[in-house]
Amino acid sequence: MTRKLLIADDEPNILISLEYLLKREGYQVTVARDGQEALDAVGRECPDLLLLDVMMPRKNGFEVCQALRADERFAALKILMLTAKGRDTDVAKGQALGADAYMTKPFATRELVQKIADMLEGNA
Amino acid sequence: MTAERRLLLMTGLAALALAAWLGLTAALVMLTLEPADRSLVQQLLAPRWALALMSWVFAVMVVAGLIRRHLMPAMATPARIADQARALVSTEGAPPVAASGPKAIRDLAQAINELAGQRDELRRNMAERVQEASRSIQQERNRLAALMSELTQSVVVCNLDGRIVLYNNRARLQFRALSQSPTLADGAELIGIGRSIYGVFDRQLVAHALESIHLRMARGAGNPSAQFVTTTRSGQLLRAQMAPVRASDAAAGEPALSGFVLMLDNVTRSFQEEHQRDQLMHGLTERSRSSLASMQTAVDMLALPDLEPDMRERFLGIVGDEVSAMSRRIADLAHTTTQGLKTRWPLEEMLGSDLLLAAQRRIEAVTGRSAPTAEVDASVWLHVDSYSLIQALTYLSARLVEEIEVRFLRLRLQSVEGRARLDLVWEGHAMSTETVMSWETDPMRFGSESTPLSVRDVVDRHGGEMWFERERLRHEAFFRFLLPLANASEQLEAAQIMGNESRPEYYDFDLFQGAETDSDLDDRPLSLLSFTVFDTETTGLNPSQGDEIIQIGAIRVVNGRLLRQEAFEQLVDPGRDIPAESIPIHGITPDMVQGKPPIGEVLPAFHAFAQDTVLVAHNAAFDMKFLQLKEASTGLSFHQPVLDTLLLSAVAHPNQESHRLEAIAGRFNITVLGRHTALGDAIVTAEVLLRLIPLLQEKGIHTLREAREAAQKTYYARLKY
Repeated sequence: MTRKLLIADDEPNILISLEYLLKREGYQVTVARDGQEALDAVGRECPDLLLLDVMMPRKNGFEVCQALRADERFAALKILMLTAKGRDTDVAKGQALGADAYMTKPFATRELVQKIADMLEGNA
Repeated sequence: MTAERRLLLMTGLAALALAAWLGLTAALVMLTLEPADRSLVQQLLAPRWALALMSWVFAVMVVAGLIRRHLMPAMATPARIADQARALVSTEGAPPVAASGPKAIRDLAQAINELAGQRDELRRNMAERVQEASRSIQQERNRLAALMSELTQSVVVCNLDGRIVLYNNRARLQFRALSQSPTLADGAELIGIGRSIYGVFDRQLVAHALESIHLRMARGAGNPSAQFVTTTRSGQLLRAQMAPVRASDAAAGEPALSGFVLMLDNVTRSFQEEHQRDQLMHGLTERSRSSLASMQTAVDMLALPDLEPDMRERFLGIVGDEVSAMSRRIADLAHTTTQGLKTRWPLEEMLGSDLLLAAQRRIEAVTGRSAPTAEVDASVWLHVDSYSLIQALTYLSARLVEEIEVRFLRLRLQSVEGRARLDLVWEGHAMSTETVMSWETDPMRFGSESTPLSVRDVVDRHGGEMWFERERLRHEAFFRFLLPLANASEQLEAAQIMGNESRPEYYDFDLFQGAETDSDLDDRPLSLLSFTVFDTETTGLNPSQGDEIIQIGAIRVVNGRLLRQEAFEQLVDPGRDIPAESIPIHGITPDMVQGKPPIGEVLPAFHAFAQDTVLVAHNAAFDMKFLQLKEASTGLSFHQPVLDTLLLSAVAHPNQESHRLEAIAGRFNITVLGRHTALGDAIVTAEVLLRLIPLLQEKGIHTLREAREAAQKTYYARLKY
């Protein structure tokens, strides 16, 4: 069965690449351009994993993460936070709010793909 | 009882006593005689009764004479001495007790005089001591105030009620920046002796800081102080450091405060700079990370061997896009940092011509060559580290003189495109670029003294630049320094501090004792009140018929002192013509009020200036009428109590015919300067008020209430204006 991924990021340039990359890896990929869109898309698509950028308009990644974790329906959803904020306080905050993993931009795509695979593996 | 009557009474008593004694003697003699002898004696004496009477009268006269001559003075002298001694007790400098009469009395008088002398001596000593002590206290206070006024840090000292006891010039300037109408009230409505600091700072904030100081003191902390940052009503950001003023009479072991010191910094600008820096940092880190992430991912995709040509185009596009975005950000960053964010070295504001003069003196002292200043823009204010900059100039001059034998040096200063150009010019030889390079980067040396700094370091410290240039036509060469200019507000502040020659009195330590603010204003003594003494000039005498205020002048009197530094003076555009016949009175012509603010702008500033004080004016009813007629249009009413020096003068000098301001000033020997300008008149009125207060006290009028009641009762108060 094809795994469903949702990518939420407001940078169109990275969205294009990530979408291309993850489709190539065989996932079914949806994209969202801000926090609110991401929440709506999660409700609609019920993805297995969410790639979540922190800095986004309307609702930021932390808010989205918190809202999803408060909802029983998405208990199985894996959240991987991506952020340009390099401070360890942000990592701590993301994990406290319910993110399963955290990656700091920039990152190697190979590592990202591996991480996603590991996270979905753990679920399976 | 008069002396005459006393004499008569005493003589009468003596006469009666003599008569009684004669009668008694006769009766005794008669009783011892036989009846026959008794009748014989009666027969013998009867015809001679007149003789006995005469003898009695004579005796009475003799006694009267004795009383008058000896007894009366002996009795009067002690009474006189008692009177004189009493006079000595009650008034100092009364004439000494006159010594006359018997020796014992004279001795007594002398003893009294000695006692009085001793007392006077003691009093004089005491007064001298007190005076000496208060003189030295005054000296200490003056020294402290002088010290404060020199500080470039702004300092405000308050008592526990938050009333300002002392402030310095810098604080005054800072508060001007906080004022909502800086040009009108000049910040004097916010800062002033006796004014409340809570006009500027939130009471809770100050209370909180005080509490934490209290806690620290109770814990025994050595330097208990507190800090807070607050935004003011005008949107400025102030950082305040608070330190306690300890009560000098506090019981041992118990921390007690009598007030607090606030050191203030306007951090608005540095905060903005900090914020800007943060944003730059943010741009550099987070946004670059995002860009890098986009690029990295795109590059990873490009590396895929089986990439479709159109996707390849897209990824290449992404890389190009992000690269140019990053370049843009870095260009922006470079631009902003050159605009002054680069320098972290503490630089001071300095008038360019001052710097040049100092440099000239130093160069001449070191090289022995004259180095006059020429082509100096006197308006240039620099933002410099003057010491190191002068060192650099001197060092370069010394090398010029020593190594290429330059004889004529010149200093030049211009402001070009937001930067200052400081040139060290010489005539004659130029030198090679290599030489210049080494002069620039060698550590500076003066004789045997060397510094770790090079000219380059000094230039970097200023975020500036320096180079060597030749003017072949004039056969001249020069080193040019590009230096930062002080920004406009710094220039202004610095100029005002420099321009203030006099050391104004910005303090009143007696306010530390003034903890009576709780009692009703009406019951407080006149000598401890804060007054705003004011005067208005108007287009005419009938406010209800369209006459308007054209000038308001006011001065503050606090704790019995006239505060000349805290004045208010403003011309007002009356919005109507100024009658020609009134111009000789006030000397204000229509062109003088042109472009001045209307009363609707001036009155709020004056209202703020006069808050929490008692208003005083000469013939106050007149001025108040003008103010009251503006209540409806400005929404400002002057609720505070009002005192009228005209009425108070009538109370103090009920028998004087004239209570015009000039007449009263003449009686008090007050020099009148600038009469008939609003501020001039306000100052004279204030001087009159200060002299009236002790006279009123003599009449038993001490409090504001008593003064107002007494004024109401005067004849003048009953005249309707």
